[in-house]
Amino acid sequence: MWSWVLHRITGVAIYFFLLVHILDTALVRVSPEAYNAVINTYKTPIMGLGEAGLVAAIGFHALNGLRIILIDFWSVGTKYHRLMFWAVIALWVVLLAGFLPRHLMHVFGG
Amino acid sequence: MTAPVIEGQVAPPSGVESFTVTMMIRRFDPEKDAEPYWQDFDVQMYATDRVLDALHKIKWEQDGTLTFRRSCAHGICGSDAMRINGRNRLACKTLIKDLDISKPIYVEAIKGLPLEKDLIVDMEPFFESYREIQPFLIASSKPEKERIQTVAQRERFDDTTKCILCAACTSSCPVFWTDGQYFGPAAIVNAHRFIFDSRDEGSQVRLDILNDREGVWRCRTTFNCSEACPRGIQITQAIAEVKQALIRG
Repeated sequence: MWSWVLHRITGVAIYFFLLVHILDTALVRVSPEAYNAVINTYKTPIMGLGEAGLVAAIGFHALNGLRIILIDFWSVGTKYHRLMFWAVIALWVVLLAGFLPRHLMHVFGG
Repeated sequence: MTAPVIEGQVAPPSGVESFTVTMMIRRFDPEKDAEPYWQDFDVQMYATDRVLDALHKIKWEQDGTLTFRRSCAHGICGSDAMRINGRNRLACKTLIKDLDISKPIYVEAIKGLPLEKDLIVDMEPFFESYREIQPFLIASSKPEKERIQTVAQRERFDDTTKCILCAACTSSCPVFWTDGQYFGPAAIVNAHRFIFDSRDEGSQVRLDILNDREGVWRCRTTFNCSEACPRGIQITQAIAEVKQALIRG
């Protein structure tokens, strides 16, 4: 059940990100200056942490999404759902271990 | 009714170790209470006692107004599914010693169905979904002789024949909690039992019923149902098989 709860939470979070993302990217059609002004306000440590959270959410949602596809389409998927959940978590941790140090250095390194 | 009463009165042989457990029971009397509330009872129990025995002891010795369903008391009739320490189980199949007795044992009615009194819910929405999937053999030939089946054909739906309609699965499903229109795992399990039965000719009818917004596609594979089933039916797998049958035609 918790994989499903996390999937739902990350899914809704990604949805709200996409909403904002489409709006700010569309700004470039309105005026490049306005676009630059908005993008510059994102360059704060708080937004940096938000980006880390966003990558974490997308990483989990994508990997767990593959797990759900396997549960639905692979004949023994339901049998190994728990194992696959831990595989998702393991892959997710590896992914974040590669990304987070570099990203946080970039955000807080000045 | 007489046998359990006598059993309750027999003094246990001396020297058998007993322990006191606190039972926290979620009470609700629609005639008196606006909201359900938790009430605690201390009961003396033995290692062989089940949660159902504790409920009996409370009802017979402490508070006769405690209301719950039970019939066979041996895990067959499916009457006493309840939420015990946050998990749906049959009270008659849950040994108290297997739970953490250093803390109170929380017992409440199953969720997602209308609460009627104490541990009793209105099962009608549950049985309505069950009836809707036509849980009976549909065959055009007259039953003049046996309908022969191979071992493999029988094996195909063996798991889903075990259902006792206790509603532990359906009332553990988060989709069912928020969307009462969803058929729920139990109805799909019982559809599966006939869809994959080689003697049955109504598979397409049932697949059409389940190929609905509120049918199998509502399943979000949370696996709560498989974990709740007191008969160990691989429910999520059964639902996945129905989904696959719908996709492959």
